[in-house]
This record gives sequence, C-alpha cells and structure tokens, in this order.
Amino acid sequence: MENILITLLSLIILVAALAAIYLRNMISAILASGLVSLFASILYLLMAAPDVAMTEAAIGAGLSTVIFLLAFKKTRDEEVENG
Amino acid sequence: MEWYRLTGSILSLMGALFLFLGALGVWRMPDVYNRMQTGTKSTTLGSILTLFGLGVYHPQWMGQMLILMLFIAVTNPISSHALARAAHHIGIPLTKKSVVDDLVEEEEPRLESMAEMEER
Amino acid sequence: MADLIIHIAAAIALLGVALAAARMVKGPSVADRTVALDTLTVISISLMAMIALFAERVIYLDVALVYGILSFLGVIAVARYLEGGL
Repeated sequence: MENILITLLSLIILVAALAAIYLRNMISAILASGLVSLFASILYLLMAAPDVAMTEAAIGAGLSTVIFLLAFKKTRDEEVENG
Repeated sequence: MEWYRLTGSILSLMGALFLFLGALGVWRMPDVYNRMQTGTKSTTLGSILTLFGLGVYHPQWMGQMLILMLFIAVTNPISSHALARAAHHIGIPLTKKSVVDDLVEEEEPRLESMAEMEER
Repeated sequence: MADLIIHIAAAIALLGVALAAARMVKGPSVADRTVALDTLTVISISLMAMIALFAERVIYLDVALVYGILSFLGVIAVARYLEGGL
C-alpha cells in the first residue's frame, strides 16, 4: 500500500511541477506550486518526518501562496501604470 | 475482533466512497458552479464520515478527530461561498442546461440603488 | 479484516486524488483549478488521518490540522484576488 501511495504521489508531483512551469496563467501556476507542496508534505509524512511535513505545509502551502499572490498583484499594477 | 474496529472501518469506507464520488463529480461536471457544489458538499460529508470512522476505530484519538471534523464543517462552506462569488464576479458563464441565475437579478437593483444614494 | 477495509478506503481516496489532480491540471479557468485544489485539500486531510492510523502516531493529525487551516487561508486569498480585493 505504501509503495503504491509513494509512486502515485510522486507522479502527481511531477505532473503538477510541469504544470507550474508550462501554464500560461500566473494564478494557475501559483496554485500548481501549492499542489506540489501539498503532496510533498504527504510524502514527508510517509517517510516518518512529521516536523518537516508540518513546516512544508505551513510555509509551502499557506504562506508562499499568499506571498506570491501579493507580489504578483503589486508587480502587475506597476507594469500597468508604466504602460 | 472487537466490534468497534469493524464499525469504524466500515464508516470510513463509506466516507472514502463519498470522497471518490466528489472527486468524480469534479472531473465530470460541465460547469464551474456544478463542480464547486459536488466538490465541497460531497467531500464535506465524506471527510466527516471518514474522520468519525477513524475515531471509532481508535477511541483515544476521538478528541482530535472531533476538532478536525468541526474545522472542516466550518471552513468548507465559507471557501465554497467565496469561490462562487469570485467566479460569478469575473464572469465565468453558466452551462447551457442551467435555467436561472438569481445573482445577476439581485446585483442590478443594488447597483441602481447605490447610484441613487451617490446622487443624493 | 478491519485493517484491510481501511486499506481499501485509502486506495479509493487515492483514486479520488488522481481524478481531482487531473481536473487541476486540465481545468480551463482559474476557478476550476481553485475548486480542484480545495477538493484535494479535504481529501488529503482524510488521507493524512488514514496514514496516521497506519503509522500509529498521533502527531500526524496535527499536520493535517495545520494544513487545513493554512490551505483554507490560501483559497480565501485566491478568491479575494479574483474578486478584485486583497
């Protein structure tokens, strides 16, 4: 069971990382990077490291998504103002 | 075998079935709003059943499972509501099979009344 | 017997994870992907609880709780961004 879990979660991590690179829409790319950190957190749980998994869930999934959104909104506004 | 282990495992199996049906609806439904409905209502029931079943299976963990269930029951409708408003605001169209859109009919008189308030 | 049933439940939830991740990659608009991420969050919380039961360690449930809180904040932030706020 654990081998199947690790294999399928690794495949989903690969697909989500490729989606985060190749997607045209920036918000979709930010969401895909959040998906990568979600499954990385589950993989850390499977490898018996709950503290690393908790840090990954807090930083990768929650904080980095909000910070990416804020930074993207600020940069796009300035580019629009400069023409 | 103790009876509570069998009961808890069957409850969590039913919850996993509901989770799978919710994900199947997210894959199969034709529209954002239909996907939102099946992706939040069905998974709310499924995750609450799964966590309750695991709590019955392992009775020492029932407190933490209750906290998780309460948290999911509070936050899942809020995120669904906010997402539905945002999707309607950026103008994603409904599917052709849907018959009524009440939010459009509600938004227009409110905007008119706000313009009237600004005039006064 | 009961352990086998919970393993089957985890396999079914894993199938759901695969379907929702496919919608996440395919979905035509941003709202579709956000809905898929929300669904994946709830399924993953149940999956983390099952993994905690397999490993017999209660600390894994705290990871599920932390992930639930922070991913809820992320989804709310995306919704506010789409609505023009933030």
